[in-house]
Amino acid sequence: MSAQVTLLAAVAVLAVGTYALRACGPVLRERVRLPQRAEEAMTLAAVLLLAALVATAALTEAGGFAGWARPAGVLVGGLLAWRKAPFVVVVFAAAATAALLRLAGVP
Amino acid sequence: MRSIWRTWRGLPRDLARDVALVLLADGIVGVSFGAITVSSGLPLWLPMLASLVVFAGASQFLFVGIIAAGGNPIAAVLAGLLVNARHVPFGFAVGDVLGSGWRRWAGTHLMIDESVAFALAQREYARRRTAYWACGAGLFVCWNLGVALGAFAGTAVSDTDVLGLDAAFPAVLFALVLPSLRERATGAAALAGVAIALATTPLLPTGLPVLLAVLALPVALLWRDRSKAETREETPCPRR
Repeated sequence: MSAQVTLLAAVAVLAVGTYALRACGPVLRERVRLPQRAEEAMTLAAVLLLAALVATAALTEAGGFAGWARPAGVLVGGLLAWRKAPFVVVVFAAAATAALLRLAGVP
Repeated sequence: MRSIWRTWRGLPRDLARDVALVLLADGIVGVSFGAITVSSGLPLWLPMLASLVVFAGASQFLFVGIIAAGGNPIAAVLAGLLVNARHVPFGFAVGDVLGSGWRRWAGTHLMIDESVAFALAQREYARRRTAYWACGAGLFVCWNLGVALGAFAGTAVSDTDVLGLDAAFPAVLFALVLPSLRERATGAAALAGVAIALATTPLLPTGLPVLLAVLALPVALLWRDRSKAETREETPCPRR
């Protein structure tokens, strides 16, 4: 089997598998009538996952520390969000802080 | 197509502006994905096909990274699926905004971190649905255009770290989940979840530490029950 065919098969399996993972929730939700409490728990679980994603994406890269520029940028953005700054300001400030720190030689 | 256009037209101004900003940032990251993949010697079709059919940025970067480093394709697929496993709980949380019939099947494919976070940040159901679809469909278009551009243009923007976009992604998600985190039970559980994820990151394969954050769920549920019980006790009993 040529390398290209192997690669094509790998992308196909990843695509089908990813779609199946995405479909679990919507399909099962319809079959089973969930009590109010379970619905709340599901939303809460998604929030916890997103929060953990924020932390790992901000601080780590390939299992190690991501360097100082990125977490500093996220921290600035996060503080602005905390002070209820507009979304646009939060995102630009995070990116600009990280970019300027890197320009100054911070990894 | 027309219903997507209607969704976009019906979008409140503030939401449209916020979503547009995320589309722009992710489009540029898409350019870098296309450029990095092709410049690491992989075929031109790979980044474009993967972006269309997988449509999950983190898993795509990981998949291509493993393949480009000469890794086993099976390992690359498994690593990608592990990163995407968080879509299972996401699906339960936002399943109600997908609708039925073909919309549900299309909407399922548009489930990504950003569309889920935008939906969860809205209070009313109608706004939740609009936010999910606008962000999901908009990102599908921008991400794929960006990837194709990067794949053809080569190394134009291969390092988005220079632009600080790697810091923008966590900031976007943080700003969107923040309203939920201000509730004390959720905030406490999120802190516990973050601690679990960070502590296990050096030890476990990518994707798994984030999933383990769900272990903090009982913290939030117990906390909520306790504070509900306390407010009940504090409420003076009606006397005869």
